[in-house]
Amino acid sequence: MSSITADGQATHAHTSNEFGVGEFITTYVFSRDHKVIGLQFLFSTLLWFLIGGLLAIGIRWQLAWPWSDMPVIGPMLFSAEGGQISPEFYTMLFTMHATVMTFLVIIPILAGAFGNYLIPLMIGADDMAFPTLNMLSYWVMWPAFLFFGGSFFVAGNGASSGWTSYPPLSSISEAAPGSGLAQTMWLIALTCVGISSMMGSVNYMTTIIQMRAPGMTMMRLPMTIWGMFITALLQAFALPVLTAAGFMQLADRMFGTGFFVPEGLIVNNSEMAAGGGQPLLWQHLFWFYSHPAVYIMILPAMGMVSDILACFARKPLFGYKPMVYAICGIAGLGFIVWGHHMFVSGMNPGLGMTFMVATMMIALPSAVKTFNWLGTIYGGKIQFTTPMLFALSFVLMFVIGGLSGIFMAATPVDIFIHDTYFIVAHFHYVLFGGTAMAVFGAIYFWFPKMFGRMMNEPLGKVHFLLTFLFMNGTFFTMHILGAVGFPRRLADPYHYETFRHLLPMNQFMTICAILMVACQIFFIVNFFYSIFFGPKAGRNPWHANGLEWQAPSPPGHGNFDFQPIVYRGPYEYNSPEVDEDYYPQTQPPNQRGDTDEPATMVNH
Amino acid sequence: MADNSIDHLFYVILWMTGLVFIGTGLAMFWFLWKYDEKKNDGPVWYSHGSHLLEIIWSVIPAVVILFLAIYQMDAWAGARMRRPMLENGQPKPAMARVIGRQFEWKIQYPGDDKQFDTPDDLYTTNDLHVPRDEEVVLEITSEDVLHSFFLPNFREKQDVVPGMKQFLWFKPVKDGKYDIVCAELCGWGHYKMKGRITVESASDFRAWLQKAYDEQELSEYSLAEAE
Ligand code: HEM
Ligand SMILES: [Cu+2]
Ligand SMILES: [Cu+2]
Repeated sequence: MSSITADGQATHAHTSNEFGVGEFITTYVFSRDHKVIGLQFLFSTLLWFLIGGLLAIGIRWQLAWPWSDMPVIGPMLFSAEGGQISPEFYTMLFTMHATVMTFLVIIPILAGAFGNYLIPLMIGADDMAFPTLNMLSYWVMWPAFLFFGGSFFVAGNGASSGWTSYPPLSSISEAAPGSGLAQTMWLIALTCVGISSMMGSVNYMTTIIQMRAPGMTMMRLPMTIWGMFITALLQAFALPVLTAAGFMQLADRMFGTGFFVPEGLIVNNSEMAAGGGQPLLWQHLFWFYSHPAVYIMILPAMGMVSDILACFARKPLFGYKPMVYAICGIAGLGFIVWGHHMFVSGMNPGLGMTFMVATMMIALPSAVKTFNWLGTIYGGKIQFTTPMLFALSFVLMFVIGGLSGIFMAATPVDIFIHDTYFIVAHFHYVLFGGTAMAVFGAIYFWFPKMFGRMMNEPLGKVHFLLTFLFMNGTFFTMHILGAVGFPRRLADPYHYETFRHLLPMNQFMTICAILMVACQIFFIVNFFYSIFFGPKAGRNPWHANGLEWQAPSPPGHGNFDFQPIVYRGPYEYNSPEVDEDYYPQTQPPNQRGDTDEPATMVNH
Repeated sequence: MADNSIDHLFYVILWMTGLVFIGTGLAMFWFLWKYDEKKNDGPVWYSHGSHLLEIIWSVIPAVVILFLAIYQMDAWAGARMRRPMLENGQPKPAMARVIGRQFEWKIQYPGDDKQFDTPDDLYTTNDLHVPRDEEVVLEITSEDVLHSFFLPNFREKQDVVPGMKQFLWFKPVKDGKYDIVCAELCGWGHYKMKGRITVESASDFRAWLQKAYDEQELSEYSLAEAE
């Protein structure tokens, strides 16, 4: 299908006028090529990222200037009240913000976009093990997009029982405005996302186990691949539980079963028929998935950050094996800590104590990872490129998020801070400060591979600096709110005297949040401009070691124009064995060569 | 809460995590400054890791964390497991019953006979009174969806689960009126599910109970009258 020219650009054998419509559709729309699928995921999730961000501005607006008309976006997006956010609308805003960000952005951008794009390239395979399954894993996201998206518009209200969807609120239509059709659609969409993740997960595990290039042992895998691999395992073991729970909730709603509905409820002055269930059951099942899911949302990011740090510190990754064990430890412990979301739920307090100890223990592998990242930059020759800046900020922000986790893991403290802004601060530090920053770093880092062109560095740095500043302005203050007890999910917290004095601080945060969203324009402009007009990248613009950098940029169908053979791990920067400060995984030992022209080039 | 053990624990953790954060932050910025490509013209430290360092930085955090885990257990037990006792060794009965419903707190006092659901019970809405310096036990439940009974000023919070009867206890120490906040999403009106707890001396508390009871009788009487 494609041939490779000397400058490392893949050109398709067909010229565009030979290209039939059917072929266009199989190449770019229903493509089974992991790279196209990866980019499809990337573009879809970035679009949803923007939508999720706008929903967040709606939330912040209400918290800063409650019940006042929201200019510009308000009348455009919002309810009939001419841009004023009603309490019903507010509950929908935070429900859908979290839903979109978790299920349509972070999980699919890590596993779907980067997992798809990078796994075959980084292990030296020509594609995924199951290309058709891979294609389907993208296309079942579309029913999810449509159902989640459509739930905004159905009669009544959008889904509005929180992203955690706790019954009985979520399972009884009389209980909440969004508990009507929208909640059902929400559950169906969630199932679609689950199916997509499951198809991806099976594919990634098989590909990583079966399709590694000769010489690519497990202990020579880049950390990115380790992150993806463990994530796939987590998905495979945790997801069925969520899917089952989702079906149970659907049954409660549609067929009048009572898995989660206790006896004798009186909602909205009418007595409920179903009964005999237990609301806490849902919480157990939900968090049995959703706690591992928070690691699904960070392990790949940790892997990508490790690769970026080593590359731009020009040093081997410090403690490769401990890093791998730490990931496995986090994943393993991740299965026995779900109860820390339920310390004040009414769960047996003795059980709370065991969950507390297990949760505390998870801080340990997190600490090991952090110290090894510091060890990686120690004694290096650090290049402050845009991806490096984002990776460094990941480390610092993850430290804050991990440390705030300790407050919440301490059960007595959690009595006070549970369901306050302290929690919101915690997960935004790990998910925005951590994962989203890593994702930006990864985009800047792998962009040359994806599109064959470089992104603009000065614009990237401006984007980094502004995002970093406004992010901390928005989220650090949330710790302070939480320490005063400021609850989350209140449409008007100032209804309570206790919190009235916190209004100015909230206004400050809202301004930061608006600016944070606004400064993404630097990213958007840079991204689209560079796709078309950025300087040509060549195969290995960063002088990195990974296999993907030996393939053409962008790689053609089948990825490699030679059979990659792996001689060493991916982090041999500044190895004494070679003159250059990098030593690609495919370069035969003691053979000096220019990697833009791989020594092992064999046409196939 | 009877004591300030939660605040104490919060500050202990704040100190510990604060030191760790400042330590790692300083180390990071120092490395970044020192090993900037533009400044560092020495050779790169070509190292794949260090066993000793890995052991050091696993064992020290493990010890600290284990200490924290054990240190907090007593406060948790006090808040959740050691229900106040009567002199005769029986668990102290609830002073009032709090029932969450969309979007208000129904409060029920058992009256002189100390039995709930008898004719001398006192009912109020969103208005809870408790005596100062006494262990207060409350029985809480919900009649529709989840709520959470949150007293920010008392560092007390307990989710209210329909179908489940739970007890919680605390010891108010300062007179005043404080917010009762709902901390678990319970529907569109969640934000306005606001109650008020009044802490007053034991004699004021008894006087209030009596007065509220009389008013209730009166209004029931006039209701009956009106029919
Ligand atoms: C050092 C490790 C960590 C510890 C000890 C920890 C601890 C906790 C605890 C105890 C809670 C529940 C608090 C409550 O609701 O009262 C929580 C919530 C949460 N954590 Fe973590 N966490 C850690 C790392 C992470 C990471 C890495 C992520 C994500 C990438 C994450 C994401 C979340 C989210 C999303 C929630 C809140 C979910 C919700 O209620 O909506 N955490 N964490
Ligand atoms: Cu968790
Ligand atoms: Cu509520």
